[in-house]
Amino acid sequence: MHMADALLAPAVAATMYVASGTAAGISIHKLKQDDEPQKLPVMAVTAALVFAGQMINYTIPGTGSSGHMCGGMLLSALLGPQAGFLSMIVILAIQCLFFADGGLMALGANIWNMAFYGCFVGYYLIWRPIMRSNWFGEGKSAQRTRIIAASIIGCIVTLQLGAFSVVLETSLSGITELPFGAFVALMQPIHLAIGLVEGLITSAVLLFVYESRPELLQCVNPEESETSKRSLKTVVAILAVVALVVGGGLSLLASSNPDGLEWALFGNAEEGYAENMGLDEDNFGVSSKAADTAGAIQEKTSFLPDYAFADNDTPAGTTVSGIVGAAMVAGIAVLICVAGGFFRKKKKAA
Amino acid sequence: MNKMQKAIRELAEMDEMAVRSSPVHALHPLSKLIATVIYILVTLSFDKYDLSGLVPMVLWPVLLFQLSGIEVRSCFYKLRIVLPLVMAVGLFNPFFDKTVVLQLGSLPVTGGVISMLTLMLKGVFCLMASFLLMATTPIDNLCAALRMLHVPKLLVTLLLLTYRYVGVMTEELAVMTDAYHLRAPGQKGIHISAWGSFLGQLLLRSMDRAQELYSSMLLRGYHQHFHYADIPPFRTRDALYMAGCALFFLLLRCVRIAQILGGTLVR
Repeated sequence: MHMADALLAPAVAATMYVASGTAAGISIHKLKQDDEPQKLPVMAVTAALVFAGQMINYTIPGTGSSGHMCGGMLLSALLGPQAGFLSMIVILAIQCLFFADGGLMALGANIWNMAFYGCFVGYYLIWRPIMRSNWFGEGKSAQRTRIIAASIIGCIVTLQLGAFSVVLETSLSGITELPFGAFVALMQPIHLAIGLVEGLITSAVLLFVYESRPELLQCVNPEESETSKRSLKTVVAILAVVALVVGGGLSLLASSNPDGLEWALFGNAEEGYAENMGLDEDNFGVSSKAADTAGAIQEKTSFLPDYAFADNDTPAGTTVSGIVGAAMVAGIAVLICVAGGFFRKKKKAA
Repeated sequence: MNKMQKAIRELAEMDEMAVRSSPVHALHPLSKLIATVIYILVTLSFDKYDLSGLVPMVLWPVLLFQLSGIEVRSCFYKLRIVLPLVMAVGLFNPFFDKTVVLQLGSLPVTGGVISMLTLMLKGVFCLMASFLLMATTPIDNLCAALRMLHVPKLLVTLLLLTYRYVGVMTEELAVMTDAYHLRAPGQKGIHISAWGSFLGQLLLRSMDRAQELYSSMLLRGYHQHFHYADIPPFRTRDALYMAGCALFFLLLRCVRIAQILGGTLVR
């Protein structure tokens, strides 16, 4: 699910950086408040282990294929949501920087899609409520069932949210011609199956930890449940954030028509308001030299252009010259390579 | 060689490349980081049909590959991860956007094909830029640059520590995986009966190891302050490199170099 840079427009990438950066800032603040310096090496070693652990292939019985572990849920169950989130950030950063798994600009989006949902939504809305509930009764076997349920539900839900975010971010970036509905239909079912397998693997690892060292897991000790009343506020807050992000994103995507004001002025019903008022879209607005210059600059530097074919009405000759020019650029690139090789050989000989 | 051993080799290769000496390696990590970010932003800002405008962006990575002496082969090896997803998304474009925008002889070229090619080139260019940054900058120097940008100390230290332990953990898991497969010949992955214990055992050992690591850090005088790499001061040449790169990218973004060059030959 790692997104590459090419799948994002700069504005979307920047927005996701801001969102993930805010979550990281809050997590760092919380960890500083807790003042547990010994947690840093634990986070580092666990993150390194999860990084390596994600490379293990787990055989899925009867299918011949294999699955992987869900890092976000595992880390938040072991370290807590904030420490888990920061650990996931560094895992994603290392994957991006050293293995080209995800892009540098797409890191913000990847953190949001894989770390935020896995650690915060997975922990506050799934892991903690289930582990503190009385579902499946009392005792050790009930606790085991709760761990399995929380892991599987957590992985499925967080992967679904992550996959949906990938679709949303790619569609908002205007990268793909694939209709939004078809893209969603393509992504969600695949990640449902992946989520189920990842949930089973995560639950197997967490069950092993629970059997050997239950104190390492978050929310499994009865004394921790004193604070359960406070969790409702956090749940509501997180739900509100998720609703805002998903709802806001969806509403943006839904408006493939011009925005409300433009629609009201130029495209309202059969005869637009503009037409009723005798306005013409091309000649509407203030016409001045400064406005024209500003418009030209905006045209050149626009980070989210209207995705119209550039120079639509230019003659074919311009396009041909573009192709020839591109070939010439390739030639220049080859020349640079040849020159580089020549100078390196000369340096070696000396 | 299993997946983990390949990862260790890839990490070692990156580390080895990062400590070579070349004019690019000698630049300040901050200037390289900022130039890379600007390059990626400018590359991504091209319109999805602006293939001819995007192509000249290849010049910067090509120039850096030559100046740094880094092999392009290692970079293209990493494309195996990036390209499949980009292609999976881009491959739909020719099916949905069938507007013919260009006629190459008798071959019609649709908008979907152009946007697919643009998408793939963007993916390759951005990967080359990030790869060049990491292949010419050791992680310690990059972390020092991140601190200069006021990235929180906790996050930078965590990145550095995790990176140190990634090698250790991956090696340990590689040995465990080899041992497991030697005892279970012909088995594709880890059997369901060992799903929990395989990683769980290492996880528990790692938790203890983390405590030992913290104790050793305390013994060496750790007081929640980590010593980052001693990088040379930001010099005029670093500022010039950064400004030069930014200007060059802006030029490539605003001036249609390919069309101007092509125009000299085609009338």
